[in-house]
Amino acid sequence: MSELEPKRAIDGAAEESINIPIDGPAPLLAQLKGFWVTFSAQFKKVTTVQYPEVKEPTAPRFHGRHQLNRHPDGLEKCIGCELCAWACPADAIYVEGADNSDEQRYSPGERYGKVYQINYLRCIFCGLCIEACPTRALTMTNEYELADDSRKKLIFEKEDLLAPLRSGMLPAPHPYYPGTDDQDYYHGRVTQAHPSQEQK
Amino acid sequence: MDSMREIILDDPGWLIVVKALLVFVFCVLCTLMAIWFERRIVARMQLRLGPNRVGKFGLLQSLADGVKLALKEDVIPAAADKIVFIIAPIISATTCFMAFAVIPMSGPVTMFGQETAFQLTDIPVGVLYILSVASVGVYGIVLAGWSSGSTYPLLGGLRSSAQVISYEIAMGLSLVAVFLYAGSMSTIDIVDAQDQFWYAIVLFPSFIIYAISMVGETNRAPFDLAEAEGELVGGFHTEYSSLKFALFFLAEYVNIVGVSALATTLFLGGYNAPPGLGFTESWLGGWFTFIWFFIKVTLFFFVFVWLRGTLPRLRYDQFMQFGWKVLIPANVAWIMVVAVLRYFTLNGASRTSILIFGGAVLVIFLIGSSLYERAKAKKIEIEQSSVDTPAPFPVPELPMKISTFTVPRAERERE
Repeated sequence: MSELEPKRAIDGAAEESINIPIDGPAPLLAQLKGFWVTFSAQFKKVTTVQYPEVKEPTAPRFHGRHQLNRHPDGLEKCIGCELCAWACPADAIYVEGADNSDEQRYSPGERYGKVYQINYLRCIFCGLCIEACPTRALTMTNEYELADDSRKKLIFEKEDLLAPLRSGMLPAPHPYYPGTDDQDYYHGRVTQAHPSQEQK
Repeated sequence: MDSMREIILDDPGWLIVVKALLVFVFCVLCTLMAIWFERRIVARMQLRLGPNRVGKFGLLQSLADGVKLALKEDVIPAAADKIVFIIAPIISATTCFMAFAVIPMSGPVTMFGQETAFQLTDIPVGVLYILSVASVGVYGIVLAGWSSGSTYPLLGGLRSSAQVISYEIAMGLSLVAVFLYAGSMSTIDIVDAQDQFWYAIVLFPSFIIYAISMVGETNRAPFDLAEAEGELVGGFHTEYSSLKFALFFLAEYVNIVGVSALATTLFLGGYNAPPGLGFTESWLGGWFTFIWFFIKVTLFFFVFVWLRGTLPRLRYDQFMQFGWKVLIPANVAWIMVVAVLRYFTLNGASRTSILIFGGAVLVIFLIGSSLYERAKAKKIEIEQSSVDTPAPFPVPELPMKISTFTVPRAERERE
């Protein structure tokens, strides 16, 4: 029964479509209506944005250029795990991790991303890398003006992708905030840099 | 007005050369502006802005495009017949200009101290000349399609020549009524004969048929089957590039302006001002008539653009059927009516006989249309019955009966 029901409905629709009158005054009026649609459209507001001069903001969650985020004291969040590179369907990300040491500390924990490249000629801006990132080191900005004139310029290096230093941040490498360890960083207990962290 | 013809025929040689040059420049400028105008208007109809970067309001866009086209590499395919391949666009681009020779674009004016009119020449069979030149233009299309040595251009060329030839018949027939009323084929005489009523009003059916067939004649949307992108790539000019392509483009637009100018001349009173505005004709030393002419041509061109912005492309068989089975028979019947009416009026027939004739035509038309309606209803009935009664042998389901099987909501949720 359930098989027949939708079919009958569609048959009914087909019969209806047959009975539409082919000529007479009504379709002619419909034709004229069509002409009126295009004519009146001329005086409506155009939807074109005069792009280079006028820039409309993107949707808030627009997938633009990537960014490598920092902890509040300026240490990098990236731990060089390469999960983003593995998640990437377009094979656009290249990561080389390296070990942190107490003298050269870029990120909390054992490892950091030493080389980090995103090839924007390959990237399809799907955001799977962002989903894969375990430390929320990799996110996307709303920046979309990525055109350039050579292949090399479109391979973004780590320094191109790193988030800018905000107030209270010190550039990595530098030691942990005094009296804390990696767990404090991951739980967000470090809120800004301490003067003693500064390296000469 | 014989005087105007005499004025033109009295032109000294140098003035003829200057006028030929002016007509040429007018056509080329019209093309540049027409392309810009069309792109802007179609854009507005689609809620876009259109070209607005090159020059003020983008006015120089088509000039920039033309320069770009000219600087492109000129490719001649290896399979092409080289000589014909080169000649074809030249034929197209020259014949389209020739029609303008007999179009009166202004009334009597003074040009460089000479009394003349903005019309190159006048010949007694001017309109026939335009039709014949237009049919020579078809050679450009056919030869382009044939000489390209490629399938799509060949198909496009054949389509477009078939189309132009069929619609030229309807076009020529729609002019017959004008000839009957004006009593002449000279463009000057036809314009003069319209000083009381425009033929667009007097001969309304002819005007409508002409307006339709001129769209078919120029291969324009919705009749642009020759370059149906989805079917034939670019049609007859698929293999053309650079200046040769530009020549075809130029020819297309000059043709549009040409048929619009002819329509203006034959149906909208040519360079004369609209009724009630006759006093404007002497402004600017008579040059204001040229402005009226230009306004009328622009109006026609706007309709071309409007059609393109509104209607989808016709199917080829529908298009041919429309031309041969609707336009041409309707035209012939209309010409017969016009001819009889003309005969009556020229021979001073009484009002009653004209009324009787009009009544007879009306009755015949009504009987014919009711017979047609009945035949159509019967046809639909037969089709319906063949759909409803099952055939004695297994037949595949009709397309409209095939339904995609949809899982009812309850079942889908269970899964």
